[in-house]
Amino acid sequence: MTGKTGGAEVTLKQVRFSYGEMRMNFDLTVPAAQIAAIIGPSGSGKSTLLNLIAGFEMPQSGTILIGGIDITRAAPAKRPVSMVFQENNLFAHLDVEANIGLGRSPKLKLTADDRAAVASAIARVGLAGKEKRKPQALSGGERQRVAIARALVRDRPVLLLDEAFASLGPALRIQMLDLVKALHAETAMTVLMVTHHPDDALHLDATLFFLENGMIAASGSAKDLLSDTGPEVLKRYMGTMA
Amino acid sequence: MSLISRTLPAKPLAGAIALAFLTLLAGGALFSLGFEASRETGNTLAAFNPYLWRVARFTLWQALLSTALSVGFAIPIARALHAHQHFMGRAFVLRLFALPLALPALVAVLGITSIYGRSGIISQMSQYLGLGFIPDIYGLTGILLAHVFFNLPLAVRFLLTGLDSIPADYWKLSAQLGMGNGARFRLIEWPAIARSLPGIMGLIFMLCVTSFTIVLTLGGGPRATTLEVAIYQALHFDFDIGQAVALTLIQLMLTLAILSAFRITGRPTEEGFSLAITTRRYEKLGTGERLANWTAILLALLFVALPLAGTVVSGLAADLGRLMSERTVWRAIMTSLVLGAAAALFSVVLSLALVAAREAVAAGRKGQETQSFFERGLDTGASLILVVPPIIIGAGWFILLRHFADPFDFAPWMVISVNAAMAMPFAVRLLRPTWDTASARHNRLCAQLGITGWTRLRLIDWPVLRRPLGVAFAFAMALSLGDLGTIALFGSDAVQTLPYLLLQRMGSYRTLDAAGLALILGVLSLSLMMLADRGSQPAARKERSP
Repeated sequence: MTGKTGGAEVTLKQVRFSYGEMRMNFDLTVPAAQIAAIIGPSGSGKSTLLNLIAGFEMPQSGTILIGGIDITRAAPAKRPVSMVFQENNLFAHLDVEANIGLGRSPKLKLTADDRAAVASAIARVGLAGKEKRKPQALSGGERQRVAIARALVRDRPVLLLDEAFASLGPALRIQMLDLVKALHAETAMTVLMVTHHPDDALHLDATLFFLENGMIAASGSAKDLLSDTGPEVLKRYMGTMA
Repeated sequence: MSLISRTLPAKPLAGAIALAFLTLLAGGALFSLGFEASRETGNTLAAFNPYLWRVARFTLWQALLSTALSVGFAIPIARALHAHQHFMGRAFVLRLFALPLALPALVAVLGITSIYGRSGIISQMSQYLGLGFIPDIYGLTGILLAHVFFNLPLAVRFLLTGLDSIPADYWKLSAQLGMGNGARFRLIEWPAIARSLPGIMGLIFMLCVTSFTIVLTLGGGPRATTLEVAIYQALHFDFDIGQAVALTLIQLMLTLAILSAFRITGRPTEEGFSLAITTRRYEKLGTGERLANWTAILLALLFVALPLAGTVVSGLAADLGRLMSERTVWRAIMTSLVLGAAAALFSVVLSLALVAAREAVAAGRKGQETQSFFERGLDTGASLILVVPPIIIGAGWFILLRHFADPFDFAPWMVISVNAAMAMPFAVRLLRPTWDTASARHNRLCAQLGITGWTRLRLIDWPVLRRPLGVAFAFAMALSLGDLGTIALFGSDAVQTLPYLLLQRMGSYRTLDAAGLALILGVLSLSLMMLADRGSQPAARKERSP
């Protein structure tokens, strides 16, 4: 069910985009099967970056490649990515099973194989027994688990997490990060996550991209960038500058 | 397989079609009137006669008086209801105050005559007591009574919402400082009331200026007639096209003037129209004030409840069995239901098209501040009927169709179209919040999962929209069932709705029949309204789900 595709490299070349007054220009590469964490002040363009990769926004110019294929103009559903949002990942009127099943068939016409995949994904994220629950009968953490299970059955090489765990408490957030870590180890998918917590990047031992004013102001391993010898922009952001 | 999606812009297209229909409906009527006016300039100019100006003056005068009386009485009643947050039957009173607006005007008129009319309760009591007082409500008195009956409860509900917005700390302060009735009114309540007053008064004034049924049935001849009724009479009885065109032009200018004044005053908010107790009051009221409050509440209760009870009592006194065995009655009921359902369906479809298109276009705009002309059209299109009232649309098309065919043949189409447009401001207000929230939640998800078109409608949108669509449908149908304006112009022996038949029976002084029909019509409308009300309650409670 999972892990057959492996990860794919994500590249943005001179991608320009403006939203109202804000002008952005992204240039980055995340190698296949890596975990990248994107941090930065609010309004710096973190979510926009993921939206461009997922196809919810169209760049004014530039190219986006996934696994070497130009997907700049492709429709969201045709891109090899799955995205998990902070909230509203689930349709409130559909149960857990249906919400995950939509990842296999948008018409919800599921084959026996699809059902098996859904069942095993549910078990994998630790929701066995809650198949028939509606989202309002789930906790915040459980809802995000459903969203991740759907990403699993979609089996796309790139996973985008847009502050997916921001509304969870500290312990739950760590649990979810551990789940992502374990799934990453199994499937080797490329993960790009936007987060407000630099600790998340350390926890996942991720490559860090620091965004400021719609540009990547610094990048490198999280351990290096967040250390005392890291760049000044980051220290300013962290508030660790004297 | 292409990576690039080529989806048809179905939503904007549907919105454009809906807008085109509305433009045709209003534009056709206006074109017809303009054309007629320019063709018969002499006749039209001659129609700007003293009669027209008298009618225009009376239209404004009765609306002004109705507004002043409704709001003037509403203030003490709202204050009293707010001062007494806990008493048995408070919820009942508030529910009762929601009824008149849901009642077809014709039904309310019969209820009012059953109390204040020549052979109403008051008249009978005075005869019994040998007072020799026989009330005559036909004319300004009747119009004012009916308008206050409709608008006083509305004003009370709006004012209560305004009073509920007063912070709880003010009431604590007022109790601590020992403010008396006068000081409390001046310092605490008046600012809240004054804030909502312009909007309330504007709304009531507009409703009274465009009131048709009440003036038609309770007005007394040329002395007490409004522009809308005069238009109807010019077309229906005198067949004086020039006069009708002139009257319509004046009415159009009047509504435009009022609506632009609306822009300045703003509209009253309906948020928090609920039975919930939102404020706690801390002060101890004096006996005199308590007495005054209870008197106000009791009188208001009687004023609203008596005509309602009158409708039921005189309706039951009618020979319902015979009425129900009349073929004409059955045909009228069926015609009303079919036309009402068709108008409601049409209204809901048009509204949904506008709402969906507006959201799709706004989402495509991405942060740019300026709305396109198209988007603004989608935004305000549903309110077109407020600028060009049903009677004007009806009159315009009546005059236009006359050149090509027998206008009466178009009765069903006109009734469906105009009533659908009439309900659109309400339907859009019911549908838009749900649609916009659902879209905000689902758009990206559906795009990613590739859920589009018919599948999306079936799996995602329909389950969420079912309830508000049903509510809008019931509401639109109730509104359409009670409407008299369009059918009064286009109705004939061939096409009779329940209100039309009711008006005919009233006209031929078959009062008992009319009372029976009014009861049937009232029950039909209120059942639909209650259905709509019930449908909209749990939806509000479920709002918090993810």
